[in-house]
Amino acid sequence: MIETPLTATIQPDGKPLDVTGYERVGGYQAVRKALKMTPEAIISEIKSSKLRGRGGAGFQTGRKWEAVPKRDEALFLRYLIVNADEMEPGSFKDRLLLEKTPHQLIEGVIIGAFAIQATLAYIFVRGEYVLALERLARAVVEAQARGYVGRDILGSGFSLTIHVHASGGRYICGEASALFSALEGRRAIPRARPPRSAVSGLWGKPSVVNNVETLCCVPPIIERGANWYLGLSRSVDGGTKLYGVSGRVKRPGLWELPFGTPLNEILFEHAGGMQEGYECRAVLPGGASTAFIVPESFDVRMDFASVQKIGSSLGTGNIVVLDQRRCPIGLLRNLEHFFAQESCGWCTPCRDGLPWVERILTAIEAGEGKVEDLELLIHHVSFLGPGCTFCDLAPGAMAPLASGLKHFRSEFERHINEKACPWHDTKDAWT
Amino acid sequence: MSTVEQDFVQEPLGPRLRHEIATITRHAEHKRAACIDALKLVQKRFRFVSDGHLAEVAALLEMTPAELDGVATFYNLIFRRPVGRHVILLCDSVACWVMGGAAACAHLCERLSVKPGETTADGRFTLLPIVCLGHCDHAPAMMVDEDLYGDLDAARLDDILRRSR
Repeated sequence: MIETPLTATIQPDGKPLDVTGYERVGGYQAVRKALKMTPEAIISEIKSSKLRGRGGAGFQTGRKWEAVPKRDEALFLRYLIVNADEMEPGSFKDRLLLEKTPHQLIEGVIIGAFAIQATLAYIFVRGEYVLALERLARAVVEAQARGYVGRDILGSGFSLTIHVHASGGRYICGEASALFSALEGRRAIPRARPPRSAVSGLWGKPSVVNNVETLCCVPPIIERGANWYLGLSRSVDGGTKLYGVSGRVKRPGLWELPFGTPLNEILFEHAGGMQEGYECRAVLPGGASTAFIVPESFDVRMDFASVQKIGSSLGTGNIVVLDQRRCPIGLLRNLEHFFAQESCGWCTPCRDGLPWVERILTAIEAGEGKVEDLELLIHHVSFLGPGCTFCDLAPGAMAPLASGLKHFRSEFERHINEKACPWHDTKDAWT
Repeated sequence: MSTVEQDFVQEPLGPRLRHEIATITRHAEHKRAACIDALKLVQKRFRFVSDGHLAEVAALLEMTPAELDGVATFYNLIFRRPVGRHVILLCDSVACWVMGGAAACAHLCERLSVKPGETTADGRFTLLPIVCLGHCDHAPAMMVDEDLYGDLDAARLDDILRRSR
């Protein structure tokens, strides 16, 4: 049987275990163990486990923690921040963990905070996740009552306060440096790097931002060791992953599977393949900021390196399926509308370029496009690409567009030549 | 806005709300860090943040009204204009779009006689598009106030509207 350390303590009814229930299934044992280790030993174990960030960027978690100046190098207060601002379109994995196993996240927060010697942790949750916010707040209070959070945790001398923050709601808050601005009560605008956030983050202090799923991996790694965790994977990176599928498949949902499970296995075995009458045209493998993967490449392993090799990225590992009944240009217009709206407006290429892209796509979809528009879109792909903007929002927006221009070239041309959308009939249709 | 609503929003924050805001700023490292929480408290009481309330909150947090307005207008969930008794947040992102989100939007607009962004004539509903709600395996999805609904179709939408008085 496949081991599922992320979801093992989730109950069939989906209700989260309270602190006593969580302890009964082995919860908080990892905290007890970690507090007897040195921060260096914890970081070294996490590094050996090859845990990579599950928010999309895939940075090595151990290395991220290691970059924080040691206590004797800097006396500053430091912060651990949980990025629970799940807003990448098509992603719904963190909601599951927040709502159904909040104590495992808190346990990961305590261990992570101890590893970087942070005495304050913020869990930054999107405001729409009402149930998650309620359950997290309750879990923090319970953990505090048991002495896992607060002063002198379990007599270790280490103290930690955890705050749960509900966001005002904006996609850019998920960008680590913009998240600092948001927590400081400012417009959530990303900051220039350097300095790196490990040195100067929230309120100018050393800060680490980790994704929810990443931190939920930490307690099992500490408890059972890096070698065990590495062994769960089918890839060079360690562990398991919450893969998800939405769209016209038979069984949309989330599954915890070995890291590197092939895409076709996720789509056809776990999600049950396409519904009757629908064919799969392409997928976005990990949210709106990832390039399309077409069926010829569905044997790709869903790990960071393999997906990158075929020109896309793993992203959140939550897959959106495009079927033949929806217009690919319409889907691109939908994605670029999202990015144009959620641009923070700070840098000009992003603020002006994304609405322009959206306007061009809207015109093409409406049958008002010109052949030159395709050249203009290609220009935008390079003008808004990596290195041209202040943060990664616009380059992320260009990933599906660039691959869409390649894979759906004939669909673009049909719209322009026929002066109409071939999918016009399904535009406002339920099915 | 009707005269009644105007009176309602011209009412000052009042001692209790001012006290609540003062309490949350005490836990914050700097007062301004509590501004989203403070604006949400105002919204809970008055449904949206009026100019007068914004100025009062800004003073409490030692910010200028312009600074606080810059923050308030940045966020999707802070309303600077009046909204209805219920706010519908209808997901317009990609997974819902694939699953018929546009049909759900058209259905709601027809039933409520509004366009996205508008409030019904009787002040009962405001319909707002929202980015992906993270409920993609049950797309199309929406929230009505704090309640999440998935697997929407015409019948389910009508039922939800009927139950939201």
